[in-house]
Amino acid sequence: MKLAEAVAALSLEVEDPQILDREVEGGYCSDLLSDVMAKAAGGSIWVTNQVHANVVAVASLIDAAAVIIAGGMQPEEETVKKAQDVGIPLLSTSLSAFDVVGRLYELGLRGTLRDG
Amino acid sequence: MPDVKDVGALMSVTYDVAARDFVRAGEAASKLKRLLQQLGLDPAVIRRAAIAAYEAEMNIVIHSYGGQIKVDITPESIEMICEDSGPGIPDIEKALQEGYSTATEEIREMGFGAGMGLPNIQRSADQFRIESTVGEGTCLQVTILHEAGE
Ligand SMILES: Nc1ncnc2c1ncn2[C@@H]1O[C@H](COP(=O)(O)OP(=O)(O)OP(=O)(O)O)[C@@H](O)[C@H]1O
Ligand SMILES: [Mg+2]
Repeated sequence: MKLAEAVAALSLEVEDPQILDREVEGGYCSDLLSDVMAKAAGGSIWVTNQVHANVVAVASLIDAAAVIIAGGMQPEEETVKKAQDVGIPLLSTSLSAFDVVGRLYELGLRGTLRDG
Repeated sequence: MPDVKDVGALMSVTYDVAARDFVRAGEAASKLKRLLQQLGLDPAVIRRAAIAAYEAEMNIVIHSYGGQIKVDITPESIEMICEDSGPGIPDIEKALQEGYSTATEEIREMGFGAGMGLPNIQRSADQFRIESTVGEGTCLQVTILHEAGE
């Protein structure tokens, strides 16, 4: 699925509309950064409540397709800046993480784990 | 600025890691990943190296007073020496257990402190050594072979 589809279906807020043509292969949901680092597959959309800049470092290192900040949390200024620097689409929504994942599942996305 | 020395087949890079700098935290691992991509290495090897470098970097940021990650890339392997000065680890066996963490509440709120970093490094590495002296610091040696799968 193209990222733009998910953005439209969930009415996600977009920090940088320029980078929404990325393909999303699946999803992962966690607030523990080391857990995401170890397990999330590349091309995943990552759903989290974390808002600080290290989220972008992790997303970039695992080649995430995008980060969705759920629960009405606002990304910190540094986070937005870093995301633009490294080209990670940063999305946010007032939907809870539970609802975000449920909606993405309805759209046909499934949880993906890294091989090995 | 990392110091890059390209001596024939051997490339050596050193990244400085500052304690408590949560804005720049992760930059050493990101730079290393970009370098490995430029060298055209296998994506699975790059991912393992990125995990190990990130977790080692974050441990230096969170648990030490600062340190360095020195990476040697040879035709056979990627070897990282992650050295810090800091409080050291009193019980290494315990620290290597998944779920064990001494991270403060404030650090946990940022999503660190799951006690998964060192186990992640160990899983990503083909060879792993850790040495620590209480009151002095900690040194990790992580080797990732280009050939070996996971
Ligand atoms: N460089 C270090 N200096 C001092 N203590 C360390 C260092 N690295 C790890 N430790 C100790 O070992 C524990 C376990 O480390 P580990 O990386 O596995 O988990 P964590 O850093 O607490 O959480 P996570 O990595 O999941 O965010 C730490 O909580 C800390 O007590
Ligand atoms: Mg750690």
